[in-house]
Amino acid sequence: MGEEMKVIVFGLADEEYGIEVDKVRTIERMLPITRVPKTPAFIKGVINLRGVVLPVIDLRGRFGLSESEPTENSRIIIVAANDLEVGFIVDAANDVIDIDSDNIDSPPEVVGGIKAKYLRGVAKIGDNRLLIMLNLSEVLNKNEIIQLEQLEG
Amino acid sequence: MDMNAYLSMFIDESNDHLQSLNENLLRLESEPEDLSIVQVIFRSAHTLKGMSATMGFEDLASLTHEMENVLDLVRNEKLKMDNFIFDTLFKGLDALESMVQDIIGGGTGRADVSAIVALLQSIFKGEYKNESASAASAASADGSSGSEGILDEFQSSVLLQSIEAGHSVFHTVVTIREDCMLKAARAYMVFDFLERSGEVVKSQPSVQDIEQEKFERSFTVFTISSINQEELKNGIESVSEIESAVVTQLDSESLFQLGGRPTGASSPAGTQSAASAAPAPAAAASSDAKAAKAQTAAASAAPSGQGGSAALSRTIRVDIERLDALMNLFSELLIDRVRLEQLASEIRRTELSETVEHMSRVSGDLQNIVLKLRMVPVESVFNRFPRMVRDLAKSLDKKIDLVITGAETELDRTVIDEIGDPLVHLLRNSLDHGVEPIPDRIAAGKEETGTVHLRAFHSGNHVFIEIEDDGRGINKEKVTQIAIKNGVITADEATRLTDNEINMLIFAAGFSTADKISDISGRGVGLDVVKTKISSLGGHVTVESVEGKGSKFSIQLPLTLSIISAMLVKLGTEKYAIPLSSIVETGMVRREHIRKIHGNLMMEFRGSVIPIVSLSQVLQSPSYSEADEAETEIVVIRKGEKLVAVMVDEFISQSDIVLKSLGKYLTNIETISGATILGDGQVALIIDPNALIK
Repeated sequence: MGEEMKVIVFGLADEEYGIEVDKVRTIERMLPITRVPKTPAFIKGVINLRGVVLPVIDLRGRFGLSESEPTENSRIIIVAANDLEVGFIVDAANDVIDIDSDNIDSPPEVVGGIKAKYLRGVAKIGDNRLLIMLNLSEVLNKNEIIQLEQLEG
Repeated sequence: MDMNAYLSMFIDESNDHLQSLNENLLRLESEPEDLSIVQVIFRSAHTLKGMSATMGFEDLASLTHEMENVLDLVRNEKLKMDNFIFDTLFKGLDALESMVQDIIGGGTGRADVSAIVALLQSIFKGEYKNESASAASAASADGSSGSEGILDEFQSSVLLQSIEAGHSVFHTVVTIREDCMLKAARAYMVFDFLERSGEVVKSQPSVQDIEQEKFERSFTVFTISSINQEELKNGIESVSEIESAVVTQLDSESLFQLGGRPTGASSPAGTQSAASAAPAPAAAASSDAKAAKAQTAAASAAPSGQGGSAALSRTIRVDIERLDALMNLFSELLIDRVRLEQLASEIRRTELSETVEHMSRVSGDLQNIVLKLRMVPVESVFNRFPRMVRDLAKSLDKKIDLVITGAETELDRTVIDEIGDPLVHLLRNSLDHGVEPIPDRIAAGKEETGTVHLRAFHSGNHVFIEIEDDGRGINKEKVTQIAIKNGVITADEATRLTDNEINMLIFAAGFSTADKISDISGRGVGLDVVKTKISSLGGHVTVESVEGKGSKFSIQLPLTLSIISAMLVKLGTEKYAIPLSSIVETGMVRREHIRKIHGNLMMEFRGSVIPIVSLSQVLQSPSYSEADEAETEIVVIRKGEKLVAVMVDEFISQSDIVLKSLGKYLTNIETISGATILGDGQVALIIDPNALIK
């Protein structure tokens, strides 16, 4: 038996992702976002979270998926890692589950390329459910963002 | 007793004393004859020693003690300061500082100071250099006549005769534990023991006073004894509640030093005092044979001390975290105030408007006070520079005068905390690259000693800090070459740059004009770091230079980093804040008055032609463009001498805004210096006007 860990589950473009619960500050409904000029497209802007100004990242845009308009279910997950506090816009966040760290496999070969860096692994839950565990420090790596921009540009 | 309760006080006061020691030693170095400075230094060292001993920081106390010994000789004109002594004392100060730092960091303040102690002791004994010993002995004659002897003529002659007759004469400082309840009783037991083992010739304070508990924690006795030093010490220390007994065996010289009057021809002229013969490696002793003199020093210091405490009671020390908390709470209040003002103007009820207006006035006053509480003189940053410059100049083998003006200029605490490193960098740059080595200076017809000015002054809503040297200035040719080589600019661009622009190249990333990497600068960290840091503080840095004459770095900083007055403007659906401090005026411009010169938009403004910048273009505004407007609102902003008109959509209002950072994830966004939260909870970005002026 590995370690039990609590994971926040959120949906993004028909897939399910997970972040350890201790990296998550709060989950908010959509808030007014102020655009910040001269930033990469996936940085949506900044929000006022109870007096603190926080940047918000569209996780779809960050992963190179097509962006979509926010819906009723859209949420902003405020995460804190590496000294950084950032909000992620996700399609939905509705579950907290316990998983055994033994059940996390390294990402399959198929998911190659630049995206693999962002993934810590894939967790199997139940019979037919796969959860993609995020590697937060890579997702928040700013140097990487610059690289990505160059690749995209 | 719980020492932790006093620890923060101890740390604060130690820092004060260390600072004063540093400053005054530097002052003394420039005026070595001024003995009044030595007195101040001595008193600081003495207080520090006492505090450290009380708190149980033995290494700190013993090192201070050794420094005090040396200073005492200087104070009594038995020793002349020279470079060696200054260097050693400075080394001692450094060690003390690092020990206090250790204590601040939760350590025990222990350190191996034996090397410095040995140096200090060699100075004290006059061994480090023979000529100083002779100088000291020459000076000793009048020095001794100035000092008040503890012993009267009779007592000293008794002691002297005993010594000459081969008896053991001891000088003993007994320190009673601070928590001792019956000091007089313990003292009585000590006297009882001393009298059983010999004869008490003199005590300080007098026996009567000691019996009436008229003494602090320690007293001094001169005894003629039949037992040896060790036995005497052990005997006294076996009395309970005695903290320490420092026993010194006296010879005729040390007797004279310790309080004997000059007794005619027999008066020996030595530089040694009892303490130099002190048995222990002084590290063990918390207080020492010096206490006799220390007491006189304390007595003379007492009146001034009382004066000081009267002044002190008018101020209190406040933990900076509490001030920060106060500031944060206040900024919340400010946001609510703006919201209330909005609501009141919408609701239009006289009572509400009046109340809100009154609240605005009160909170305005409150804001002033809160901001003032956070203001600290730049002195707290500047005061470490004289020492740094002294050491650097020595290691560079240059002669440099640092002239500081405007140290009393006040800046917000948060700015103060951040500005130190950039200033260190710029000063090092001036010292290392600016001021020439002595032969070069002479060859250039300059004085041997270079001068570096460090100035601070207020101007409007800004504080300026300037670092100016009279060195060789910036070699524009060389700078241009390196900039081309490092790919900062192209050769083609280089031909078009003005002198000022060339000077500014030294702030470019990855730039260094140093031919070789020296110890002082060029550790791969360039002036670009300075520029980034200052920009992150909302300020900016410029450089002026005349080749062969010198360079001047000028840093402009905002007074405070927390609350500023700003003009709120609209660009379509978006709102932005422009700091009022850089706005010259606002107005309108008709489309037909906008001219194109060399492809740049220009307009006439008060008799001169100034460039026009479109804010919506700079910010890639999605919901506004002035292109289809016949008349556009403009804000004229200033950076130094340059004026620029910025086109905006609409003015909202002038307002006090609370500066918020965009966080660590979003850094170095051009033209945006931060964010603020408006009354309605929306985030508005703050424009950096300097970025709009090229």
